[in-house]
Amino acid sequence: MESPLDSGNSLSKNLNSTPKRDNLAFGFPIFLLSESIIFVSFFVTYALLRWKNSTWFPPGVSGLDIPRAAINTVILVSSSIVLYFAERAIARHKLVKFRRLWLLTAALGVIFLIGQVIEWRNMPFGLDAGLAGATFYLLTGFHGMHVFTGVVLLLYMYGRSLVPGNYNAGHQGVSAVSLFWHFVDVIWIILFMLLYIW
Amino acid sequence: MTNISIKSASEPEQTDWKRYFSFSTDHKVIGVQYLVTAFIFFLFGGLFAMIIRAELLTPQLDVVNRSLYNGLFTMHGTIMIFLWIFPANVGLANYLVPLMIGARETAFPVLNAIAFWLIPVVGILLLFSFFLPSGTAQAGWWSYPPVSIQNPSGHLINGEFIWLLAVTISGVSSIMGGVNLVTTIVRMRAPGMTFFRMPVYVWTTLSAQLLQLFCLPALTGAAILLLFDLSLGTDFFSPFKQGDPMIYQHLFWFYSHPAVYVMALPAFGVFSEVIPAFARKPLFGYKTVAVSSLLISGISTLVWAHHMFASATPNWMRMLFMATSMLVAVPTGIKVFAWTATVWRGKLHFKTPMLFALGGVAMFLFAGITGVMLAAVPFDIHVNNTHFVVGHFHYVVFNTVSMAIYAGIYYWFPKITGRMYSEGWGKLHFWLTFIGANLNFFPMHPLGLQGMVRRIASYDPQYTGWNIVASLGAFLLGMSTLPFIANMVSSWLRGRKAPNNPWNATGLEWTTSSPPPLENFEEIPTVTLEPYSYGESHRLTTDPSSI
Repeated sequence: MESPLDSGNSLSKNLNSTPKRDNLAFGFPIFLLSESIIFVSFFVTYALLRWKNSTWFPPGVSGLDIPRAAINTVILVSSSIVLYFAERAIARHKLVKFRRLWLLTAALGVIFLIGQVIEWRNMPFGLDAGLAGATFYLLTGFHGMHVFTGVVLLLYMYGRSLVPGNYNAGHQGVSAVSLFWHFVDVIWIILFMLLYIW
Repeated sequence: MTNISIKSASEPEQTDWKRYFSFSTDHKVIGVQYLVTAFIFFLFGGLFAMIIRAELLTPQLDVVNRSLYNGLFTMHGTIMIFLWIFPANVGLANYLVPLMIGARETAFPVLNAIAFWLIPVVGILLLFSFFLPSGTAQAGWWSYPPVSIQNPSGHLINGEFIWLLAVTISGVSSIMGGVNLVTTIVRMRAPGMTFFRMPVYVWTTLSAQLLQLFCLPALTGAAILLLFDLSLGTDFFSPFKQGDPMIYQHLFWFYSHPAVYVMALPAFGVFSEVIPAFARKPLFGYKTVAVSSLLISGISTLVWAHHMFASATPNWMRMLFMATSMLVAVPTGIKVFAWTATVWRGKLHFKTPMLFALGGVAMFLFAGITGVMLAAVPFDIHVNNTHFVVGHFHYVVFNTVSMAIYAGIYYWFPKITGRMYSEGWGKLHFWLTFIGANLNFFPMHPLGLQGMVRRIASYDPQYTGWNIVASLGAFLLGMSTLPFIANMVSSWLRGRKAPNNPWNATGLEWTTSSPPPLENFEEIPTVTLEPYSYGESHRLTTDPSSI
C-alpha cells in the first residue's frame, strides 16, 4: 500500500492530498451510518406500535417461531466470524484461503435467505394481518433485501479476486463489503431481539 | 474501484457546451448541471405559486378547481424544496468545495454524477403526475396520513404513489451527494488547509451534509412505511386500525425540520463569503462562525416536535421542544452578529452579490424573529396552520435562502463562466426580487394573525386587501426572474472577459483561472494563511488614523 502523501512537493503533479482509494474506507462507513437510520426509524415505529397495542398477534397466534429464527441467527452470526477470518487471510496475502472463506460466507448468507423463505411460507398470517403481519414482513423483508445485496456484493468481489493482481495494492472494496456484511449482521441481532424475543 | 486513472492536467479542456448534457464526472460540470436544472424546476415551482396567488387574488374560487389547487400547492412546496433549493445548494457546493479546499476533484466523481442525474428523473416524475387519471398528489408537501393514504381513484399508480417514489429517489440522490461532499471535505484538502483555514462556506456545507446523512433516512423510512399503507393495505399510520399517524409526523419532522438547516446553512456560508469580500474586512469571529455551523446542525436534530405543538403532543414534550427550538437562535444569532460586525466600519461595495447578501441577511433577521415567536407554544397554538406560518417559512426559504443562492450565483459567475455579468441587469433583478418578495410574503403575517388559515382556495372577503398585495407581489417576483435569465444567458455568451479574481477576494477558488482548468489548479496550492485576510496589506500601508 502507498503511504498517505503528506509533503507538499510530491503531490503537486499526480494525485490529491490523499490516495484516492482510501476515500472509500472513509465514505462507506458514513454511508452505512446513514443507512442504519432507516432501520432505526423502522425499529422505533415497531417499538411504539407494539407498546401501544395490547393485542398484537392475530387471533390464534401466540408468537413467532423462535427456534427456527434462532437457527438462522446462528448461521448469520457465524458467517460474520468466517468473514473475519477471510479478512485476516487477505491481509496476509493468502488469496486461496481468502477465496474459500469468502465463498463460505456467501453460502451461509444464501442458507440464511433460504431459511427466511421457508419461514415466510410457513407463517400463520400474512402481510394484511394487522400490525403484526405488516411489521414482520416489512422488517424481515427489508433486512432480507440487504442480505441479498450482501451476497451479490460478496460474489462480485469474489469474481474480482480471480483477476490476477487485483488485490495486490490494497483491498478497500473487500473491506467495504465486509463492513456491509457485519452491519447487516448486527441489524439482524437487533431485529431478532425486537421481533422474536420481546 | 482501486484502479482509477487520473488524466493529466495538460489534457486539452473540453469547452464545448455539449459537455453540460453529458454524463460528466467533472465536479464543475456537475455543479453547473445542478444549478441550471434546479433553476428550470424553480420556474415551474414559481409558475405554480403564481397560479395559487392568482386564485387567492379574489375570495371566490375562480381560477382552478379545489383538487387542482391542492395539487398545485403540494407540487409547489415539493418542487421548491426537493428540486430547487436542495439541488441549487448542492450545485454550488459541488462547484465550489473542491476549488475552495484545493482539491482536483471530488472523492467519488461517478457517484456524484449519478446523484445529479437522479434529479431530472424526480422532476419529470412529479411534473408528469399532473397527467395521471387521479391527478397529482394533493396531501401537501408533508403528506400527512390519513389524508395521504386515501386513494379514492383506486389506481395503484396515483399521485401520492409517484410523490413517495420521487421523494425516495431524491433522498437516494441526496445521500450519495452527501457521502461525496463529506468525504471530499474531510479527506481531499490541500496541504496546509486545516479545518480552521477552511472558508465558512465549506464549514456550512459540511454541517449541512452531515445533517442530511443523519436525518434524511428517517424520511425515507417514513416514505417506505407510507407507501406500504397506501399500496399494500398495511395500517402503520391508520388511526382507524391499530396504527398511529403521529409516528409519521415524528419521522417526517425528524428529517424535515433539520432540512430547513440543510437549506439555510449553505446560505449562511454564501453570506460569509460575499459580505467580507465587499466590505473589504475579515469575517468577524471566523472560528466562532465556523463552529456555530456544527452547533446549528446538532441542535436542529432536537427540535422536530415544534411542528407538532398542536398535534396532541403532551405538555412535557411541548416545553422541551420549545426550549430546544429557541436554543437554535443562539448559534444563528452568532452568525448574524458576525455579519453585522463585519459590515461595521467596512468599506462597502454594493455590487449585485452584496445587495443579495445584505438583503438576505436582513430578511433572515425578520425570519428568525418570527421563528422564535413560533417556537413559543402559546403563540404557536394561536397561529397554527395560518398564513403566519406560511409567511415565516417563506422569509426563510425564499427571502433568505433563495436570495443567498442568487448572491452566490452572481458572486461566482465570473469564476464559473470566465465572463462578467451585467451589473445593471443584476441590480434590476435584485430590486424586483426584494420588493416582490416582501410584498408577497409580508402580508401573510397580518393575514395569519387575523386568522386566515392556509391551504384554502377561497376565503372570507375580510381577508381580501392583504391578499391582493400578496398576489401582486407574487407576480412581481415572477417577473423578476426575467432580467436574471436575460443577464445570465447574454453575459455567458457575450459578457466582458473576467479576470481570475474580479473581486480581489481571498480564497483558493480565486487563485486559479476563470473558468478553472479541468483539474482546477496547475499546481496544488499549499495553504499558509487564515481565510478572509482582507485589509491586511491595507493596514500595513496606510495610516491607522485615517480609517
